Amino acid sequence: MSSSAFFDISAFAYLLAMVTYVSYLIVRNKTVGVIATSLAVFGFLNQSIAFSVRWVNSYHFWIASNPTSSFIESLLRAAPLRNLYESLIFFVWSLILIYLIVEFRYKNRSLGAFVTPIAALALVFIDVSGTSKEIQPLIPALQSNWLLFHVLLSFLGYAAFGVSFGAAAAYIVIITESRKEKTYIFWSIITGIFLVVLIGMGFDYFSLTADQRAELIKNYFLKASFRNPSFGIITISWVASMAFVFAIWRYGLGLKKILINLSLTPEMLDDITYKSIAIGFPLFTIGGLIMGAIWANSAWGKYWTWDPKETWSLITWFVYALYLHARFVAGWRGKRGAILAVVGFIAVISTYLGVNLILSGLHSYGG
Amino acid sequence: MEKEKTNIFDRIWNFFASVKLTIVILIILALSSIIGTILPQQAAYDKNIEFLAGFSGVEGAPTVYNLLIKLDFFDMYHSWWFIVLLVLFSVNLIICSLERFPKTLRFVNTPLKPLEEKVLKTLPVKKELNVRASLNTAKDEVLNSFSASGYTVFSATGGEETGGNYVQLYSQKGKFSRFGLYIVHLSILLILIGAIMGARLGFSGYLNLPEGEASDVAYTSGGKTIPLGFTVKCNWYNTEYYSGIDTPQDFRSELVVIDGGREVIKKVIEVNNPLTYKGITFYQSSYGVIPDAVGKFMLKLIPKNGEEKTIELKIGESFTIPGTNIMGTIVKFSPALTRDPQTGALATYSDSLVNPAVAIEFDETGKGKFTGWILKRYPETGIMPDGNRIIFTDYWGVEYTGLQVAKDPGKWLIYFAFAVMTIGLYVAFFMSHKKIWITVAPETSGGKSFVRITAGGSAGKNKLSLDRELEKILSKASHTIEGGAKNE
Repeated sequence: MSSSAFFDISAFAYLLAMVTYVSYLIVRNKTVGVIATSLAVFGFLNQSIAFSVRWVNSYHFWIASNPTSSFIESLLRAAPLRNLYESLIFFVWSLILIYLIVEFRYKNRSLGAFVTPIAALALVFIDVSGTSKEIQPLIPALQSNWLLFHVLLSFLGYAAFGVSFGAAAAYIVIITESRKEKTYIFWSIITGIFLVVLIGMGFDYFSLTADQRAELIKNYFLKASFRNPSFGIITISWVASMAFVFAIWRYGLGLKKILINLSLTPEMLDDITYKSIAIGFPLFTIGGLIMGAIWANSAWGKYWTWDPKETWSLITWFVYALYLHARFVAGWRGKRGAILAVVGFIAVISTYLGVNLILSGLHSYGG
Repeated sequence: MEKEKTNIFDRIWNFFASVKLTIVILIILALSSIIGTILPQQAAYDKNIEFLAGFSGVEGAPTVYNLLIKLDFFDMYHSWWFIVLLVLFSVNLIICSLERFPKTLRFVNTPLKPLEEKVLKTLPVKKELNVRASLNTAKDEVLNSFSASGYTVFSATGGEETGGNYVQLYSQKGKFSRFGLYIVHLSILLILIGAIMGARLGFSGYLNLPEGEASDVAYTSGGKTIPLGFTVKCNWYNTEYYSGIDTPQDFRSELVVIDGGREVIKKVIEVNNPLTYKGITFYQSSYGVIPDAVGKFMLKLIPKNGEEKTIELKIGESFTIPGTNIMGTIVKFSPALTRDPQTGALATYSDSLVNPAVAIEFDETGKGKFTGWILKRYPETGIMPDGNRIIFTDYWGVEYTGLQVAKDPGKWLIYFAFAVMTIGLYVAFFMSHKKIWITVAPETSGGKSFVRITAGGSAGKNKLSLDRELEKILSKASHTIEGGAKNE
């Protein structure tokens, strides 16, 4: 079997796991929870195989054009971390890995409903971002021993931040007393808008042909709804979106009861948020910033150029540094910390995807 | 009445020692950094105006531009206010660390004291276990097991005042982890010092060097000339492609360093593999074709019968394949030859040397003339029907290599700081200051006497791992105690 067959199975398993984790939140049946975990583990194993197979294939691909390359060198150059497609897949893999570790350590699987959607989004994003799935030859800039370690550590860091985001989001929900709280209003509206954009992209996706889908973000973004030529469709989109955002605000607190019933406590969520950041921060600093700078210096002759990717990594670093100082020295616990953790992950997304898709710069390979 | 004297120095100190200031600075740094990733940096006037016109309309763009340029927003990471922010950040970091370091030192140096039973029971991690053994055996086994986990164990007796008599064993490990954050802070300062050293004592420039030419200077982006102190020469530049596609596999140049009239280094550089001489590093960064340059065709002739020969020719010149009466004349050159898929006609699709090809007109006495294309990337095109071969090695002298030239004396300090930071992060986040107290006390209940072992501990972080460690110490001790009891 080729790597893509294993990968398709894993993607499908993750999507099913997401649905099951969410169902588990609602029905609170242990069997459902066990099924959700099994699906996630099954998906993870399949993805690990897919990843290994792809590595082996690209090893042969590299050897074919570099017959004199040594075994270790070829192995390093063949790491399937070359473009956005491969990096997104690796991100999903790291995220599920870190999540499963948290699930087993805390013996609580309710966080799955908050983390698996991030994985599912990344998987959906692969389809709409138009990134090539073929094994591509490694361009000269990436032919470095730093590639594997830089990407590996950065992404484990991203994944840990992803888990902290899931826990912090759940925390914000669980401590909300009333729908009239500013924090709740703000975040329910942000979540609503985010979901509206996703649903809008879903409409784009289904209205396009397979070839056009690859250019969805570039050329067809929200063309099926808000940016449609038909005035009627635009009106319907706005009305439906406002109703949707309102519904999220109105019924979002229902989630709180569910979380409490699942024996998730604010203390536990706060602890998971902090611990994930305490793992993510050193990994991201060492793998992303330090290794990135050393590599940049050996490739381009400058370890820091205020390139958008570098700057956004630094912004991300500032936010998490802020979180750690606010928590330890200024004693920010709870809500303010959780908000910082959410903002931190938004910075991660900007660093990871925003820079590559919207801004331009030196770091335009895909991760 | 006398006003309370607040020394101005104290007030400044307290201002900078505040974590609130840290929080404010980090927020401002994060937010302002975003601006620079959106606005074009160090770009030309036209590009900035074009960018701004997208927001404020064409008429408004120059006004907005003038406002933004006053605040250096188009080169904001080098602007005075961003540098002031970084200075504030550093001062805050230094003062905060100095303020807290003595406290940490005192805390770490304070010897651990035994704990009262009731305090022990309030610790975040605790375990209790009863064993049938004498107090001494139990104490010894716990001590063995405790020490085996890597602790230097102290012991004290207590409980006399309540008529009891217990032994407490206690120890701590990982005190050093409390210093992790200071190590990280120090490394940040070292990085900033290294960056200043690089900016003050180093330079960053470029040099476009045509094949075969040499230079003893480099240029800054502002057009200034930087003397290198030696000469660097480019022997050749070459782009290698993956077979069958136009994706570059390697950009390489052969550089020669000539110092004091002598060739000191010859090295083929590529991306990720630069050349350094006397602190100046040459990086492969770009390449290009020199307009209107006339190059030399480097051909290798491999006759079926006869000796191999390498020749250099200009366009229009002729050669003879050794051992034959076949004469070749170079008639045409294409930097990127392709065959149009529709018409089948030959065409040139790029000015870069993506697929260089040379057309040679062959004339063999008595057999007439014919012309053939030989492609550099496809050596099989040089095999003639009669078995003679011609390899098109290079069209030399028309390309230049684009070198990034940098001298950065602060680099080694920065690399050292990176190592320090890595260690600091490890110490701060992955090591934990653990304290453990274990009380071993004789008890009687229902006429039976036994020994109660109560363990408690606290950890700077990762209580879960302390919990496991305590579990291990106790279960190992109870295992040997009970094993010993059975053997008796």
